[in-house]
Amino acid sequence: MSIMSDTQATPTGLLAEPLLVAMDLRRRFGPTVALDGASIQVTAGEVVAVMGPSGSGKSTLLHCLAGILRPDGGEVHYRGSRLDTLSEDVRSRLRRDDFGFVFQFGQLVPELSALENVTLPLRLGGVTRREAERRGREWLGRLEVADVAGKRPGEISGGQGQRVAVARALITGPRVVFADEPTGSLDSLNGELVMTLLVDTARQQGATVVLVTHEPRVAAYAEREVVVRDGRCVAPVQAR
Amino acid sequence: MSVPHVLLGLLEDRPRHGYDLKREYDERFASTRPLQFGQVYATLARLLRDGLVDIEALEAGGGPDRKLYAITAAGVTDLERWLREPVTPQPYLQSVLFTKVVLALLSGRSAADVLDTQRASHLDRMRELTRRKASGDLADALVADFALVHLEADLRWIEMAGTRLGRLEKEMRA
Ligand SMILES: Nc1ncnc2c1ncn2[C@@H]1O[C@H](COP(=O)(O)OP(=O)(O)OP(=O)(O)O)[C@@H](O)[C@H]1O
Ligand SMILES: [Mg+2]
Repeated sequence: MSIMSDTQATPTGLLAEPLLVAMDLRRRFGPTVALDGASIQVTAGEVVAVMGPSGSGKSTLLHCLAGILRPDGGEVHYRGSRLDTLSEDVRSRLRRDDFGFVFQFGQLVPELSALENVTLPLRLGGVTRREAERRGREWLGRLEVADVAGKRPGEISGGQGQRVAVARALITGPRVVFADEPTGSLDSLNGELVMTLLVDTARQQGATVVLVTHEPRVAAYAEREVVVRDGRCVAPVQAR
Repeated sequence: MSVPHVLLGLLEDRPRHGYDLKREYDERFASTRPLQFGQVYATLARLLRDGLVDIEALEAGGGPDRKLYAITAAGVTDLERWLREPVTPQPYLQSVLFTKVVLALLSGRSAADVLDTQRASHLDRMRELTRRKASGDLADALVADFALVHLEADLRWIEMAGTRLGRLEKEMRA
């Protein structure tokens, strides 16, 4: 299977160096085959939607790309070097420094306020409390949830929580944002708001977004889609 | 689209010339198929005959646009009746796509290809609408939303059909 066919051309017609490349990924959970030769390329700065039926392997693929899960077979390359063979220590540092994450639910620490949740990645990275809080407030404001800064996740709405999560994912200025059903539990308008804020902010920052969603309207915020079926990525069909 | 009722709806706001009606219609309701002048004047003539509009003023000079049309009380009643009527639900894409999928299965072609091509084409259109929504005003967003949720419904069916293809194929062959 050639992964080169998926390479994105830049506006100048030159081939852009892919930021993330996964080749022939395989992953089982006991007897279940979650990934069965999945290959994908992601170019720096693009927003890619990963679609496909439930259980097809989308989340597993995302976790392998982000270095959360180690594939049984195949390779993941990030900025030109092998990621899947790095030690857990190195991968977790990479996740903290380069990646941002937004998940469907259960991602905010319930004991911490919205502001503390947002500033967590900065604090873990050694930023002073004062500076972290200044930037945290700025980000909450950008995502239009400055008013819930002092509240805990249990005291805010689902939509506000997702916006706090987006702020937390973006606050470190990640190169790649991994989002798994970021609008999963939201109604249409809140989903739209979260997607607009996520995609606009990522674009302003030049961040790359890998977005898992089964919702076409959410996928429409991406520049292209990759469909996962039975643990493999189906090349998008040329419609015209 | 019931052109007569749309024209009545526009006239209810205030009296208009045929030309203004066409322009407003095109702006608000006909993003792909503009109204022909001939159709505007033919429709207005029929509405006039049926007493649903009146000529409020006849201006001097030549040309077809001397007449200023206004809605009548009967016109308002007719418009209200039309607004209250439910629209016939039209599962239109499904039937075309459904036919294609069945034909592909019957002829041993790949139905999955049919669905994949349709998904890609639908998503292209949805991306375009999403961009337009981001750059337009609230009215544009409403129009785009309408199209987006309908396209999404089609896509849901495509995903459902896709996951059922195996069984469908067996049943078709039986
Ligand atoms: N930790 C795990 N333990 C056991 N099986 C797992 C685990 N994670 C995933 N699987 C299985 O692997 C397959 C792929 O799961 P995955 O979560 O990647 O699917 P998905 O495409 O994200 O589905 P959904 O749209 O429902 O989130 C499924 O059959 C799932 O049951
Ligand atoms: Mg999942």
